[in-house]
Amino acid sequence: MSIKVRFFASLSDMVGESEMELEFAEGLTVLDVWAKTSPDDQLPSGSLFAINHNYSEPEDVLKDGDEIAFFPPLTGG
Amino acid sequence: MRIKLVDRLFDPLDEIRATEAELAARRSKIGASSFFVGSMRDFNEGDRVQSMFLEHYPGMTESRLEEIADSAKTKWSLDWVLITHRVGQIHPAEPIVLVATWSGHRAQAFDSCRAIMEQLKSTAPFWKKESLNDGTRWVKNNTAGYSVND
Repeated sequence: MSIKVRFFASLSDMVGESEMELEFAEGLTVLDVWAKTSPDDQLPSGSLFAINHNYSEPEDVLKDGDEIAFFPPLTGG
Repeated sequence: MRIKLVDRLFDPLDEIRATEAELAARRSKIGASSFFVGSMRDFNEGDRVQSMFLEHYPGMTESRLEEIADSAKTKWSLDWVLITHRVGQIHPAEPIVLVATWSGHRAQAFDSCRAIMEQLKSTAPFWKKESLNDGTRWVKNNTAGYSVND
């Protein structure tokens, strides 16, 4: 399946990428994608996830065509 | 309701005046309006902050702000909701965010304005990167929300 992976703010700096399009096997969770895209980096505590612009949980399963985003705690306003 | 992300300096009072003009036809039905403006400080965690970059998640940030405003309109009786938020490069004393609500009564206006601001802080995807005298750093967390009795 094809997935777009996006990283924001400090997580983008950590991974060294802001966006990538990747092919994965079916059934991967959010945390599986982090492990495959950032094998050398432990996911910082407090990190947030969104699938197709909706907040998601670490164990949520992705499907073909999804966009998954990883980002640190929010600091707007 | 109007949600705006702007990448340049904006004047909150101009935004409010423009909305007031649009509300003119029903202005006599509106008994209360509440405005909150958050602006950039030139200090944080004991350091002088020269400027700041506000990153956001295009698409998700706008949709999240719309959900927050929609939720407020469901909970309170509101005539109008305005949210304006800066993105990109910003400097001390410049406004970062404007939240404004118009309603028939003050409790609706006060409570909704504050609730929208708190939800924005905790659920709208924005991130601040500060430029200091000796480098840059991401702001790690927003200050916690608070209750009226705090």
